[in-house]
Amino acid sequence: MHLTREEEGMLAGEQGHATRKAMQILVALGKIYDADRMVRVSSVQVSGVSYKNLGDAGLEYLSELAKDGRARVKTTLNPAGMSLTDWKSQGINGGFAEKQLKVIEAYRKLGVEISCTCTPYLAGNEPGFGQHIAWGESSAVVYANSVIGARTNREGGPSALAASLAGRTPLYGLHIQENRVPTVAVDVETQLEQPEDFAAMGYFVGRAVKDGIPLFRGVARATLEDLKTISAALASSGGVAMFHLEGLTPEAALGARSLEALTFTKKELTETKSMLNDEGTPDFISVGCPHCSLAELAMLARLLSGRRVKREFWICCSREVKRQGDEAGYSSLIEGSGAKFALDTCMVVAPVEELGYKVVATNSAKACHYLRNAGLKVRFMPLEECVTEATRSS
Amino acid sequence: MKLKGRAIFEGKAEGRALVSSSPMSFYGGVNPDTGEVVERGSELVGQSVKGRVLVFPHGKGSTVGSYVLYRLAKNGAAPCAIVNAKCETIVAVGAIISEIPCVDLVDVGKIKPDVRVRVDGATVEF
Repeated sequence: MHLTREEEGMLAGEQGHATRKAMQILVALGKIYDADRMVRVSSVQVSGVSYKNLGDAGLEYLSELAKDGRARVKTTLNPAGMSLTDWKSQGINGGFAEKQLKVIEAYRKLGVEISCTCTPYLAGNEPGFGQHIAWGESSAVVYANSVIGARTNREGGPSALAASLAGRTPLYGLHIQENRVPTVAVDVETQLEQPEDFAAMGYFVGRAVKDGIPLFRGVARATLEDLKTISAALASSGGVAMFHLEGLTPEAALGARSLEALTFTKKELTETKSMLNDEGTPDFISVGCPHCSLAELAMLARLLSGRRVKREFWICCSREVKRQGDEAGYSSLIEGSGAKFALDTCMVVAPVEELGYKVVATNSAKACHYLRNAGLKVRFMPLEECVTEATRSS
Repeated sequence: MKLKGRAIFEGKAEGRALVSSSPMSFYGGVNPDTGEVVERGSELVGQSVKGRVLVFPHGKGSTVGSYVLYRLAKNGAAPCAIVNAKCETIVAVGAIISEIPCVDLVDVGKIKPDVRVRVDGATVEF
């Protein structure tokens, strides 16, 4: 792998300990994946924030890096294990909160924006078409590659952070155009009417194609919410990092046309939805995985206006989108119903199972996947039905 | 026997081989405090990676696994070296941040469980 003189110096420690560690990681990855050089990145999204996953050792690693490490490019952060301000009312214990806040402090010292969202593209981290970036958070990786046309591999927390501290990433994988072509086609032979249909399709296809690049054919239109949820679903049931929607996404015309094809019909749609539903009455309802958009807050405000929530109902979104919701008058209508905003966190990374809930209703296939892994039962339903569920007496 | 591979993180170490014929997941698969393998279905369940030369084809699972290797190292429960057929991001990053000698592109099938293995840079001797 070719390194510039500056990069050689960074690797030798000329720019401090954190930069050296970052370059060691990047050079090793370049070696493994046969990169011939580094490429500069313009944006980074760092995952690996919840203290639940990092533990004391992870906290120590970040604190060590924070002694002399600084983000060289715009760098935003994934959700944490709790709201950074309202953790008490979420039922989080003080010991966990103290450690979580130390993790956040280390990231702040590193120059990372404390955005705590899985939708950086709705909160000010908006790379352009063709730009090289290094993002963790699998759902945002899929969205950035597929919808925006920016270029990123599926980074883990430490490798994304390394890219931020060095301002570079090895040039391999999805940074190279020829690796962005579809590997399998999906003929969609049913009407997709709402985001939950896209989520179910993503969940089905992710499982079938694993880490392939699916090209969906026969989808006439897709909203931001459709694209956001299918990105998350594809990355949770499989290892998908990119998809194309023929006629809709910017790089869908890349590559050869003779592809092996799957079909997705009404039957697969119904079966996938039913597969994502367990028995039981929900005692916890949550939307916003990935974090809600402003349009979703508008819909929630309309549905919740003048009604009372009768069960725990979390609406997960970034502080930035919440602020926009405040200005538009949506937030007060939502909170007036008794529903709670869960900022900086979400139902997947907060310790919901330890808060005593058993059955979660959500409109996210990704959340269903991970909550089930955590031992909870799940009910998958459209956002509108989530509201009905939350406002109905149990 | 002496095998020449590729150094992912250079270093010297010596220990008894702990061999998994299937890919390993560290996040949820290894107890970060004790080093005990807890992954359901793994042939190593109940054994500890602590102080061993850990030999397996490649890593799998969540990228949080890199931090699990780091936690093991901080808790004194890490393997003394890692030998892979083909290293991937999770294990490579974990080995680098934890400073665990790591070699790949080695025919891991040749290394029998419990033999003494010496790792030095890109070479694996047993």
